[in-house]
Amino acid sequence: MYDGEYSDKVIDHFTNPRNVGEIENPSGVGTVGNAKCGDIMRIFLDIDENGIIIDCKFKTFGCGAAVASSSMATEMVKGKSVQEAMEITNKAVMQALDGLPVVKIHCSLLAEEAIHAALWDYCQKTGTAIEGLRPPKADIND
Amino acid sequence: MEDVYLDNAATSRMRKEALDAMLPYFMDEFANPSSIHAKSRVPRAAVRKAREQIAECINAEPSEIYFTSGGTESDNWALISGMEMLESKGKHLIISTIEHHAILETSYYLEKRGFEVTRVGVDGDGIIRMDDLEKAIRPDTVLISVMTANNEIGSIQPIAAIGKLAHEKGILFHTDAVQAFGHIPLDVKGMNIDMLSASGHKFGGPKGVGFLYIRKGIRLPPFMHGGEQEEGRRAGTTNVPGIVGMGVAAEISCTDMENKIERMVELRDHLIDRVLREIPYSRLNGHRDKRLPSNADFSFEFIEGESMLMSLGMKKVYISTGSACASGSLDPSHVLLSIGLPHEIAHGSVRISIPEDATMEQMDYAADCLKQTVDTMRSLSPLYDDFMKKQKV
Repeated sequence: MYDGEYSDKVIDHFTNPRNVGEIENPSGVGTVGNAKCGDIMRIFLDIDENGIIIDCKFKTFGCGAAVASSSMATEMVKGKSVQEAMEITNKAVMQALDGLPVVKIHCSLLAEEAIHAALWDYCQKTGTAIEGLRPPKADIND
Repeated sequence: MEDVYLDNAATSRMRKEALDAMLPYFMDEFANPSSIHAKSRVPRAAVRKAREQIAECINAEPSEIYFTSGGTESDNWALISGMEMLESKGKHLIISTIEHHAILETSYYLEKRGFEVTRVGVDGDGIIRMDDLEKAIRPDTVLISVMTANNEIGSIQPIAAIGKLAHEKGILFHTDAVQAFGHIPLDVKGMNIDMLSASGHKFGGPKGVGFLYIRKGIRLPPFMHGGEQEEGRRAGTTNVPGIVGMGVAAEISCTDMENKIERMVELRDHLIDRVLREIPYSRLNGHRDKRLPSNADFSFEFIEGESMLMSLGMKKVYISTGSACASGSLDPSHVLLSIGLPHEIAHGSVRISIPEDATMEQMDYAADCLKQTVDTMRSLSPLYDDFMKKQKV
């Protein structure tokens, strides 16, 4: 990507990514993307008994937009209920970042998928269901 | 720290002498060298001088140098007009898999026009496999085009041997020397080169000007049609300032080259040694010694090149990457895949190309920044996590 095509927010979240790390014994963890394409995103969720996301961390292999999208996504899900988190779209992540270059839109999509994958894992572990949630695509090992 | 520009293979800063030499030809001596009147004399003489300066650099005759708009035009001209000229003899072209897009895309174009192309692979060091090249030659092979030095991983090809082989088989040999001209010694006679492409801005000349060397006796038809410029071989009003600047830049680049190379190699090797020693899970791409004195290309496992580039840019270190994410395409560089790198490692590749005026302090600063950046990016990487956990088990 050409320098200058990223918004200040993207640069900020890339330079000072929020919520980097892992959560031990997470309520849910999801990994999406694949290394061949150059993007892997892993999101960890800590969800309390009321279904509220009390913590969220990420690790990402990928470009500046991928790092910024994961950082923003973790900020957005924190404090939300699982149903609210479910409804965070890639568009919302993009808007929160003041936009992404066209060739980087897939990074925000990956963030949405990573949240969904982590929520799916939570549902599997707790035997619950979230309306509209589908199993994640298993392309990590492609 | 001031800007540390390590992207010289993308383009170089102009040499002051070249710029100074150009300036009179914009305002005072602006006349068209193709005009008949007396005002055309000075610019005409200036173009003649530039032709001599360039010919001198590669052991050619001035009449064998044809000015173009740059490396891409020279490559297109040599391949397209070359194949058209030789069509009645055969329709087969051979290139390498690591050619610049100016050659690669032109070869796809030629295929669409009914020509046949074989792309010969390279070894793990990015050097063409000579036995494969020999095997690729067919009775209808009429042209071989292999770059002198690769733009990404800097590997220097056995040009003299390829030229010799081509000539033994009665095949014409073209080389894209865009990265090599002005950086390493070239001798079109000694290296059996029939056509050679170069570009002004890669060695301290201006952008928008280049040349094609065409050996005397090869009747390469024109590619640009129009006026009678360049002996009727390349139409278009002569770019006098550009040509003058390129001539001066060529002369300076080719003067005292051995000493310059020695100094560049010292800078390059210091950087390579530090990176390989101090950054784990890193590798140098391209041959350790048979590489451009200015080129160092690395892959760092578990991280992605564009994010490294961004992070280094914030430290005012300017480099390039072979990662797909940088260009918006899906695949990483064809060169890195050609030397056998898996996609995920190719994505974590960066190219460093060192300008002539770089200093040892800059090399150390770049190495320090690379180290920090790789550490930071790995601390974000789930791949690195997984790898480290496996190591512990």
